[in-house]
Amino acid sequence: MTTAAKKPDAEFAKKVVEAGGKTLNLCFQCGTCTGSCPSGRQTAFRTRKLVRRAQLGLKDDIMKSDDLWLCTTCYTCYERCPRGVEIVDVIMALRNMAVREGNMAPQHKKIAELISKTGHMVNLRDEDKVLRKKLGLAEVPPTVLISPEALNQVKKICEVTGFYKLIEGGSK
Amino acid sequence: MSDKKMGFFLGCIMPMRYPGIESATREVLKSLGVELVELKGASCCPAPGVTRSFDQTTWQAIAARNLTIAQSLGVNVLTICNGCFDSLFETAHQLNHDPEKLKKINKILKEVGAEYKGETQVRHFVEYLHNEVGLDAIKAKVKENGGKPLKAAVHYGCHFLKPSNVKKIDNPERPVIFDEIVEALGVKSVEYKDKGTCCGAGGGVRARTPDVALKMTKENLTNMKAAGVEVIIDCCPFCHLQYDVGQAELKEFGIPVLHLSQLMGLRFGLDKEKLGLEVHKTPVKL
Repeated sequence: MTTAAKKPDAEFAKKVVEAGGKTLNLCFQCGTCTGSCPSGRQTAFRTRKLVRRAQLGLKDDIMKSDDLWLCTTCYTCYERCPRGVEIVDVIMALRNMAVREGNMAPQHKKIAELISKTGHMVNLRDEDKVLRKKLGLAEVPPTVLISPEALNQVKKICEVTGFYKLIEGGSK
Repeated sequence: MSDKKMGFFLGCIMPMRYPGIESATREVLKSLGVELVELKGASCCPAPGVTRSFDQTTWQAIAARNLTIAQSLGVNVLTICNGCFDSLFETAHQLNHDPEKLKKINKILKEVGAEYKGETQVRHFVEYLHNEVGLDAIKAKVKENGGKPLKAAVHYGCHFLKPSNVKKIDNPERPVIFDEIVEALGVKSVEYKDKGTCCGAGGGVRARTPDVALKMTKENLTNMKAAGVEVIIDCCPFCHLQYDVGQAELKEFGIPVLHLSQLMGLRFGLDKEKLGLEVHKTPVKL
């Protein structure tokens, strides 16, 4: 059995650099990142391979992969890289690109909706209000929750940056 | 600008899920002579693991709007959360030093009638306690015979110290800043295997693949248990949630989890009722 050769995208690495992964091309594949990764210790995620795929422009392997989303952004690889590759910045650039192509997990979509529509990533439940009051705190935290005007500002920002469109399914 | 008066950034998980961390923080800082100002109308920082992963511009614009609230009050920002610290510190750092980026973000903020001037500083609770309040002032507040806990696993989390070329607070591989505060409170900070490892929750991993997050948490808990600790002390409500809820999900370990502010509350002899420990999923019996 043979496998078809993968088609690299020669422009891809450039786009990653432009999207914030400035140090991508410094990687010489030593694997310190993979050896340091707490997520890779539990899964098949290999940081070094992800970086190599980005350098080679194996776009399809990256954009739809689960690997891209197994990084907890703990920065251990970033700190230890002997070449100064700011790996978390590379991964963030790749994730931004993947999302623009419509690859956002439903669980992530839910959080993005919460933040952009309510201004917070978790909701305030009745039981939270009860406890806050008991603790002597304001029942409702003095955040966007008490200011429709402030919430509208957050919403407007999401509109201006195209964030809502991204959540709806990318903006290729 | 006096840093004895700080804008208190609440974020999301603390005020909604662990309000005991909020009341403990307010009480202990008050007793240490720090005045906290409300940042009315602030939003989610917004959560770096997810928001920054989706769109860095939106992430930074929302963070910058939060900074403008402190700016209008003439105060710097204080946060007790590593995630909030990451979004706000990183944004302030970039915009305070990069005029082009500042211009780009201000173009967005203009749409909501705001402008960030690029001067606000963002400080983390642990760094603030260590460098602004000082260990001696903290020691002076500790009640004799404060009781348990005596042996703690200190968990730094990731975004308090890293990336260290930006945060410049302590050595990310062998930090001491947090341990020194815990020890000043009369609690032994115990060495454990792979201390400094991520709790597993960040980067959107808990939301997308909770089983993977939990595997990381379990490994840390195993190492903490082997070191014989009585309590886990964190400085981030998200790590706090991951360890606290995580142990309930794993149905094992049972090591109580406290945010530093709650530990301080206990050692300062604060009314336990003020610490909101009853909402912890892993019971706190100390």
